[in-house]
Amino acid sequence: MTWLPLLGIPIVVLGFALRLNPMLVVVAAGLATGLLAGMGLVEVIAAFGKAFNDNRIIAIVWVVLPVIGLLERHGLQQRAAAVIRGFRGATTGRLLLLYLAYRQITAAVGLHSTAGHAQTVRPLVAPMALAAAGEPTPEEAEKIKAMAAATDNVGLFFGEDVFFAIGSIVLIQQVLAAEGYQLTPLELALWAIPSAIAAFAIHGARLWWFDRPRAPR
Amino acid sequence: MITLAWLYIPAGLLFAAVALRSATDRANPKRLGTAAFWGLMALSLLAGDRIGDFGNGLVVIGLAALAGFGLIGRGAPATTTEPERQVLAERLGNRLFLPALVIPLTALAGTLAWTYTPLGASGWIEPKRETYVFLILGVILALAVIVVWLRPPALAPVEEGRRLLDAIGWAAVLPQLLAALGAVFAIAGVGEIVGAGVRSVIPDGSVFLTVCVFALGMAGFTMIMGNAFAAFPVMAAAIGVPLLIADYGGNPAVIGAVGMLAGFCGTLMTPMAANFNLVPAALLELKDPYGVIRAQIPTALPLLLANIAILYWLAGLA
Repeated sequence: MTWLPLLGIPIVVLGFALRLNPMLVVVAAGLATGLLAGMGLVEVIAAFGKAFNDNRIIAIVWVVLPVIGLLERHGLQQRAAAVIRGFRGATTGRLLLLYLAYRQITAAVGLHSTAGHAQTVRPLVAPMALAAAGEPTPEEAEKIKAMAAATDNVGLFFGEDVFFAIGSIVLIQQVLAAEGYQLTPLELALWAIPSAIAAFAIHGARLWWFDRPRAPR
Repeated sequence: MITLAWLYIPAGLLFAAVALRSATDRANPKRLGTAAFWGLMALSLLAGDRIGDFGNGLVVIGLAALAGFGLIGRGAPATTTEPERQVLAERLGNRLFLPALVIPLTALAGTLAWTYTPLGASGWIEPKRETYVFLILGVILALAVIVVWLRPPALAPVEEGRRLLDAIGWAAVLPQLLAALGAVFAIAGVGEIVGAGVRSVIPDGSVFLTVCVFALGMAGFTMIMGNAFAAFPVMAAAIGVPLLIADYGGNPAVIGAVGMLAGFCGTLMTPMAANFNLVPAALLELKDPYGVIRAQIPTALPLLLANIAILYWLAGLA
């Protein structure tokens, strides 16, 4: 075995670092890796195409866009902001903390696909978090929106593995079973709980302190 | 039985409609490139199983070339203005949330019904795909509610979808492309080479350092691959199983579960995990494409340390 196929990795890292278009970087890295591993050009292109085709499920989520767009056309974001302004004491940090808990708990019971950046963050969570901040400056608004997306990710990643019937748990079980260690999915899901609590504590603390410098309420 | 293949059809039709509308949008200086880009996505979703692996590969190269050489742009679909939206929001009130909630609630109710009632054994839906089927059903229901209630122009669903899709741009396709890159890396044996390399840096007999290399290796290799699923088999075979479980007697369930979660800390810090980190930046129209990653690093690093501690103490290695 040779180390040559590894050259795809620095192509990716350099490409992202130089802010070249990621689509080109990824295709260049894939073609280089396959060629350096001794595959023919047609063979690499076909392998890439097959894998792209096998992963089409990723594109399904975009069917929600017409619904979100239509509701935005009728003032959904403005309405979400108005609701939050109506709550006294609602702050960006506390609102996102609530969403973190909601996202972790729903993911932990297997409902990880019911929320997400397109389904909930853009139409509801981000406008609500912005409204809770009062009149944020453009820099603050940028930070708040990024934090709303970050909160969705942290809640999802560190909630979903508590659910035993998720892909990553099945993968862990299969890998360890192949090495001769038979585990039930439930055992694995149980041991995801300490990390889930740590994630809530760490990200939750950041959200708790997120308001302080901005909102002297 | 409703299978995954059915679900590609509504998504493919949406991309096809967006491509057609883009082609005639003279407000978009790159309308033909934009139309070709979304048209290729429609082709992949509607006919991906008929054009062969090499044909799909050419679709991928076409998508990358259109995006990479700056040939796609943003159209100007007709929509409402900010003041109009303020007025509508006041008039329509909180009822506006109902159609938005129809989607998650349908997905939730359907998934629960399929998991906990005899419906799950009916064989109407391909196993493990229930949530996706109900997600699409929720979208159809929500669209029906909006059309009946608000009576938007006939083309508005496509045009509003196009407005958002154009705002996201090529980032809508990147996650799928990265998943394909992971598969090419796997075929080329990148995982085995990395595993052997990581193993060679571990000093003999130091349990704590081995735990650290395992967790950092999971996070680091996940950052390269953009996906903890690709990193786990490599790190488990190189370190987790032979050293932590077999030699040092660690609890396999803890090492498996927490090892994977150490990888998830890496997912929070890499642009390679585009659907979690770059797509929302585009979707929320952030100026900094890496803004979401910057927001996540202060959570990911302490959490990685916490996972190392959990591995060391709870797996019985201390």
